[in-house]
Amino acid sequence: MGKILNEQIVSTQMLCKDVFKMTIRSEYVASNAKPGQFVNIRCGGLDAMLRRPISICDVNKSQNTFDIVIQVKGSGTEKLCSMCQGGVDIMAPLGNSFMIDDKHENICVVGGGIGTFPLLYLLKSSQSIHKTALLGFRNKESVVLEDKFRVAADIVEIATDDGSYGKKAFVTELLEETIVSQKPDIIYTCGPAIMMQKVAAIAEKNGISCQVSMEQRMGCGIGACLVCACKTQKGDDWGFSHVCKDGPVFWSTEVCWD
Amino acid sequence: MSNKIDLSTNIAGVQFDNPVIMASGTYGFGKEYSEYVDLNQIGGISVKGLTLKERKGNKPPRIAETPAGILNSVGLQNPGVESFITEDLPFLKNYKTKIIANIAGNTIEEYCKMAEILGDSDVDAIEMNVSCPNVKAGCLAFGTTPKGIEEITSAVKKYCKQPLIVKLTPNVSDIKSIATAAEGAGADCISLINTILGLAIDINKKKPILANNFGGLSGPAVKPIALRMVYEAAHSVKIPVIGMGGITSWEDAVEFMLAGASAVMVGTANFVNPTIPIEIVNGIEKYLERHGHTSLNEIIGKLELND
Repeated sequence: MGKILNEQIVSTQMLCKDVFKMTIRSEYVASNAKPGQFVNIRCGGLDAMLRRPISICDVNKSQNTFDIVIQVKGSGTEKLCSMCQGGVDIMAPLGNSFMIDDKHENICVVGGGIGTFPLLYLLKSSQSIHKTALLGFRNKESVVLEDKFRVAADIVEIATDDGSYGKKAFVTELLEETIVSQKPDIIYTCGPAIMMQKVAAIAEKNGISCQVSMEQRMGCGIGACLVCACKTQKGDDWGFSHVCKDGPVFWSTEVCWD
Repeated sequence: MSNKIDLSTNIAGVQFDNPVIMASGTYGFGKEYSEYVDLNQIGGISVKGLTLKERKGNKPPRIAETPAGILNSVGLQNPGVESFITEDLPFLKNYKTKIIANIAGNTIEEYCKMAEILGDSDVDAIEMNVSCPNVKAGCLAFGTTPKGIEEITSAVKKYCKQPLIVKLTPNVSDIKSIATAAEGAGADCISLINTILGLAIDINKKKPILANNFGGLSGPAVKPIALRMVYEAAHSVKIPVIGMGGITSWEDAVEFMLAGASAVMVGTANFVNPTIPIEIVNGIEKYLERHGHTSLNEIIGKLELND
């Protein structure tokens, strides 16, 4: 269950241009957060009134801290990234979480850009024997947290759009290669919608279950205002689910990708 | 506190424990916020706008942030009035907060039918939304002329067992004539303002941010406009007025009451701070005490204009 908390920032560190990792001390979040959940964080001020939903990237239970990674996109995230110490007003942990099943021996995560971050805590939380991380970035400069992924997963493969690091490929191409060599029991994906749609299609073609973490502009973050709609299958019909409460994680087959 | 301060307010026979009511569309059916706030401490909740049949709502994005405000275009996603009564109302009735059913329709007949259905339910009042900017047919069209307001209000009033609140749109040139028309046609109360029609543009895509193109603006940006309209409306009618538009603090709420509102509605501010309703209630109480007042009647409509 989410709570309104006033917690302390431990540190804010730049990972690459416009991408910052913020570590926040919170016993409640550290002991309750599940992979895939997010925090709704208050930026302050009138030009960025709404809280910003940010995925939980990592949790350190022994230190009672958790990490979020923020990309500067506008005035709100810019303000957040400039906060290096002191208190921070958060609502957390919010949303549902990735389904982790110990029966899955072989899991694969597919992340793109800032979508890679929630997959780190998922990998760390999974007890699967074989874990693969396929990560896509724009270029070498935007590759972040690779060391952490290398610790959390058995295999880490990186693709960049321009080939300046790892393979010059789309991350979905890495997925197709991985499936040929070692078919995963489940795929988890987070990133641009077009990438996740492709991942979902590959998963379906190969008969692999797949969970996707969706993104949409949010208002309240707790399922009351209904703005963060995501078109999903509801029986024979369709309807709008809500990313903040029904998600952010959905089965890929639930989502109507049109 | 030395003097006993009475925060209750009576609106068309409904006694609210305090004047802070949650604005329709921002609070769902109360359940989500009940995990963060004690709903017993809130004067009332106007529930998410209801239609006769389920509505799926508009395509996303449904929200855009603008300076000191938000633009939304949800398009009245709701399960339908009957589902609300059986599935959602029982939960709300566990609390002493007063429940206002907000209704919207495409035709006058739909509004009448909903008022009739709600007549047999436990809702305390009906708020008729004739001001939603986000749906294609009906709704807003009824609310923009005195004649339209008169026609729909007098028709729906006949089917109402509970007090009828008419929610007015600010997207009109003369709010006074609209307010007077609602009163003349039998409204028990008016609430205003609904959102102001607006537009936000993504300059890189050269497209509107909202999938539905236009949306309703709310938040602090609209407050001065809302205050002026509440003042004008309250000074044109004898029925109570519920004021809203950008209230984010107890000071804002007091301003609305001084302008003539018997109660206030809080919407967008809940997204930022879910405990804001309680802070507003406490702030109003302390304000009354500081000024030596014992009841809200001593501040409602007590604004004195400069000569």
